[in-house]
Amino acid sequence: MISVQVKELTKSFGEVTAIDNISFDVNKGELFGFIGPDGAGKTTLFRILVTLLIQDKGTAFMEGHDVVKDYKKIRNMVGYMPGKFSLYQDLSVEENLNFFATIFGTSLEENYDLIKDIYHQIEPFKKRLAGKLSGGMKQKLALSCAMIHKPEVLILDEPTTGVDAVSRKEFWEMLSKLKENNITIIVSTPYMDEASLCDKVALIQKGKILSIDKPSNIMKSFPKPLLAIKANNMYNLLYDMAEYKNTHTVYPFGEYLHYTPLEKTFDIKDIESYLASKGHINIIIEKIEANIEDCFMELMKKN
Amino acid sequence: MKRFKGFVIKEFYHIFRDLRTVVILFGIPIAQLLLFGYVVTNEIKDAKIAIYDQSKDYLTSKLTQKILSSGFFELEKNLDSYIDIEKSFKKGKIKEIIIFEPNFAKNLEKNGTANIQIIADASEPNTANMLTNYTSAIINTFSRDINPLAQQPLQIITETRMQYNPDLKGVYMFVPGIMAMLLMLISALMTSISITREKELGTMEVLLVSPLKPIQIIIGKVTPYVLLSFINAIVILLIGNFVFGVPIQGSIILLLAESVLFILVALTLGILISCATNSQQIAMMISLVALMLPTILLSGFIFPIENMPLVLQWLCQLMPPKWFITIIKTIMLKGAGFDYVWKETLVLIGMMCFFIIVSVKKFKIRLE
Repeated sequence: MISVQVKELTKSFGEVTAIDNISFDVNKGELFGFIGPDGAGKTTLFRILVTLLIQDKGTAFMEGHDVVKDYKKIRNMVGYMPGKFSLYQDLSVEENLNFFATIFGTSLEENYDLIKDIYHQIEPFKKRLAGKLSGGMKQKLALSCAMIHKPEVLILDEPTTGVDAVSRKEFWEMLSKLKENNITIIVSTPYMDEASLCDKVALIQKGKILSIDKPSNIMKSFPKPLLAIKANNMYNLLYDMAEYKNTHTVYPFGEYLHYTPLEKTFDIKDIESYLASKGHINIIIEKIEANIEDCFMELMKKN
Repeated sequence: MKRFKGFVIKEFYHIFRDLRTVVILFGIPIAQLLLFGYVVTNEIKDAKIAIYDQSKDYLTSKLTQKILSSGFFELEKNLDSYIDIEKSFKKGKIKEIIIFEPNFAKNLEKNGTANIQIIADASEPNTANMLTNYTSAIINTFSRDINPLAQQPLQIITETRMQYNPDLKGVYMFVPGIMAMLLMLISALMTSISITREKELGTMEVLLVSPLKPIQIIIGKVTPYVLLSFINAIVILLIGNFVFGVPIQGSIILLLAESVLFILVALTLGILISCATNSQQIAMMISLVALMLPTILLSGFIFPIENMPLVLQWLCQLMPPKWFITIIKTIMLKGAGFDYVWKETLVLIGMMCFFIIVSVKKFKIRLE
């Protein structure tokens, strides 16, 4: 069953086209991720979905409601967490939750089960002012507030940006648990490593969707063989590999370089001797599977 | 209803957890009222004068005594020559000089007239004017006292009575004015800031994506300020009454009801400002600059509207404080009932409705 349906959506701000003819469907209960760099149009897209902006062209439906005409209905059933921390900093954790519960006509007790797992972690600090919480705590509180009214669709705009690695992991674990409640979750993130945690991802750049699929399919569809290369002098290695005759792309990636050949195949021996001739030592070359970031880079290069 | 209650409680948290807000709400009104009440005064008290008595007879000394015992004047020094006059004024301390002609008593007895010259330092025109008026009044009374049987058969005697403010006290004028100014400023300023703050912090984004209607958000934001401004109004009235002795002749209930109406007008104006702006800074600037000066200058608070150029007089009609000041003066000082202020009340109600309608129309249900 389709929960969110977007067709040929376009939105410009003056000269800038923030969203360019985007279409996609999200199934009920799916965890759908938008992956893309800053300025890709994720926030604009989400704001249209939560009825805060009106698109120039195209249509969008949330649980069958039109985002323009039926905006009142959508505002009753959507949970929204903006990219910027948008709770009351001078209210305590508990007061924030109670406030958002009341304005949605419910109460903390009524939907406690739904947010129990998340709220449990911040409950020890329930008397603390929201402004005094750490980044990760703030996001957990914001998520609790966005869910307090048992929304049908949850829209989270970069919930893990600016959050430490441990909290990020915890946050995603919470999202996977939420799926059990059959809530559709649309989440955006600039972190490629979070993509594999989604049921489906859309890679988005400059307002256009480059690819939509399951993360595993996206990675499988990587068109080229991939090598990870490492040597003592990484800076020169990157420079020399870029000069190599059979190079399509080479990107630094953690402690390795990710390399794709221009032709269909490559000769590891030849690369090794080439690098050795350039004076590199301790050369390690491994064949690896593509991850989402490799796919994203490849798609970006194509466009 | 529960939603509304939750919203109002939240708003009270915001107000009382921010020291700055509390100070603006309660400290400033009281400080301003006391300042205005004590500092800005146009009454005469112990004005320094000099006397050049060229006659030095029993009448001049009696009259001098009478003038000095009035409480308005204090003798700084006695002059001996005309040259001293200019000198004394230049020193700046002496505001008025009274000169008795030579043979004052003799002339009066013989010719029936005697001359006194009053010279005032008109570099402060208002004070000079008032001093000479006061002095003339004392001299007139004196002249009637010493001469009860009028020598001339025809004489017109003026009896002046300053109705509603017999002592011409300045506070009678300032308390209503300040009340209007403060309620206007506080109410408009605080609401416009509190709404734009939600916009700035991004919480408005979350409020918009909720089932709350614009009118619910607005009323929820405004209600606490209605209550607090009302307390302010009461405090101002109490200080006016007990500290400055401004009477409340008319119905207190009516006075408070009119105050609430005026608070509502100011609050709706604040909402309008916040609907038109997106930052606290701009909202504050508009509230302070665009409301403070007109409230002081164009409301009849200090300067009488009747003396202004016609265009400004029309402009004054658009100022809510002008109507409110008229209302409270009528109720407080004259003790008049609702039948005397219903027109002004209607004008204020009209203004409030206008602001509400425009605000609700202008309130953005989306981000752009």
